[in-house]
Amino acid sequence: MAVEFSEAAKQEFSEILTHYPTKEAAMLPVLHLAKREFGHVSTEIMAYISELLELNVTRIANVVSFYTLFPGTPEGKYVIQVCSTLSCQLMGAETVVDHVKKKLNIEVSETTPDKKFTLKKVECLGSCGTAPVMQINDTYYEQLTVEKIDKILDSLK
Amino acid sequence: MHELYFLKNRDNPESHTIEFYLGHGGYEALKKTLKQFAPKEVIEEVKKSGLRGRGGAGFPTGIKWGFVPQDNPNPKYLICNADESEPGTFKDRYIIEHEPHMMIEGIVLSSYAINCHQAYIYIRGEFVAGADILEKALAEARAKGFVGKNIFGSGYDLNINVHRGGGAYICGEETGLIESLEGKRGWPRLKPPFPAIVGLFNSPTIINNVETLANVPLIMERGADWYSKIGSNPKNAGPKLYCVSGHVNHPGLFEFPLGMNLKELIYEHAGGVYKAHQLKAVIPGGSSTPVLLPDEIDVAMDYDSLMSIGTMLGSAGAIVMDETTCMVDALYNLERFYAHESCGQCTPCREGTMWMVKLLSRLEHGEGTVDDVDLLKDVAGNIMGRTICPLGDAAAMPAKSFVQKFRDEFIEHTRQHRCPITKDKSIKGTDANA
Repeated sequence: MAVEFSEAAKQEFSEILTHYPTKEAAMLPVLHLAKREFGHVSTEIMAYISELLELNVTRIANVVSFYTLFPGTPEGKYVIQVCSTLSCQLMGAETVVDHVKKKLNIEVSETTPDKKFTLKKVECLGSCGTAPVMQINDTYYEQLTVEKIDKILDSLK
Repeated sequence: MHELYFLKNRDNPESHTIEFYLGHGGYEALKKTLKQFAPKEVIEEVKKSGLRGRGGAGFPTGIKWGFVPQDNPNPKYLICNADESEPGTFKDRYIIEHEPHMMIEGIVLSSYAINCHQAYIYIRGEFVAGADILEKALAEARAKGFVGKNIFGSGYDLNINVHRGGGAYICGEETGLIESLEGKRGWPRLKPPFPAIVGLFNSPTIINNVETLANVPLIMERGADWYSKIGSNPKNAGPKLYCVSGHVNHPGLFEFPLGMNLKELIYEHAGGVYKAHQLKAVIPGGSSTPVLLPDEIDVAMDYDSLMSIGTMLGSAGAIVMDETTCMVDALYNLERFYAHESCGQCTPCREGTMWMVKLLSRLEHGEGTVDDVDLLKDVAGNIMGRTICPLGDAAAMPAKSFVQKFRDEFIEHTRQHRCPITKDKSIKGTDANA
């Protein structure tokens, strides 16, 4: 077996199964677990999940391709998602994207050569009152300014 | 000054803990209800309160609960819809992060009302912090015996699990959510059958929004008669969270009884239009609701008042746009959102949203014609009512209203062969009322 969950993740998987009357319903929780374990959900990882859930691998791929949170290939250590929907756009999201692009010297959907940062433009993050907003990995950064963006990115090691 | 319910502890960093909640009367409504009310009586009380869904559709909550067939042999499920994703909306996130026990108490009360023993909280995948807070709050509630077996010695059992979404707006639609929770693509189902009859795992299922459920402890604590007097009238009753974003000096979350005046909300509470600019337009209830002109905003923010002027309360997410906003560009932004979030199941929505984006790109970049403006309206009109779920309508309504109310600005783009508005793309620092 090429890919396998750690012992801790295997235990978590067993616990997840107890939440649902069907194995299939554990799909999204297991995909989140896989992303946490491996950083992405490749075809090989999908095959592993298909064995865990006793489903055909195409069923896994069918779900993975529908959602935005399960990338198929490895991303940077820090994934920067800049919200670009209306409220954020009104408050300067385009300038936020341009600034991050310039600072990291990458385009949207690219990763820096040192694999540290990936930049993405995403749809509404649900934090419109504190726009403009970006999410880096699990954390929201709100009421952004150019100075704040610099400070945040410089602090990430 | 009206009494605050949701936001009363907004300045207290400990409001999410069970100690704080218990110290302020938390779980008393549950204790009282399990002792004094039969499940049916809870449904009657909520019906009497006038509570309507806070997720967008405004359907009466008690009536929805009443649809659950009690003679169905399958288990019953309750799902708390915490997939908050409607652009302009950020109210449920506040409850999740600051008042998780209010939400959990509401879930237990509502589950009891429909005789359900398993509830799920479906939270959007991006809300990682919120999911962690909910898990901790649930662990606290289980430890105290408020969730689990034999709650308050009543013999009533309820298990609650948090389920994280995968990043898809459509999973906020109740049948899309059910498919997603079952481990599939979030493709909405044809209705009927409605989820109350055939929902999650083919069983009767009630799906309620976070804010809706968080109202239930208040109703059971103070009674339906008291509750129904808050707000515009008994059909538009209760406390309400209002979100204000976009071009205002103090964007953020506000709480008032249902029926707060939109103009007052913007000018008295959200600090007025950004830097005293001229107001151009307001989307009153989240991106899907038809846009209002400045002379239309002297209106009560409740279900029926907004409906009477051709728009909707929706999720009460007001997006304010000032004179520097290009309405073609704003609509282009929204239609990109809908095209991205269309699940692809129904042709009118999948193709229609894509074509609206193409038309709007052409218009915004000065390559459009007057025919394109009419075609845009035509495409929107042909999506309306022709899709399985409301996402199609949600994409079409802004397009129709923008073109109708700002037609001159759309035409001006075609005449000048460029965008005639001097847009302000700078990052705007505000004193957010977050």
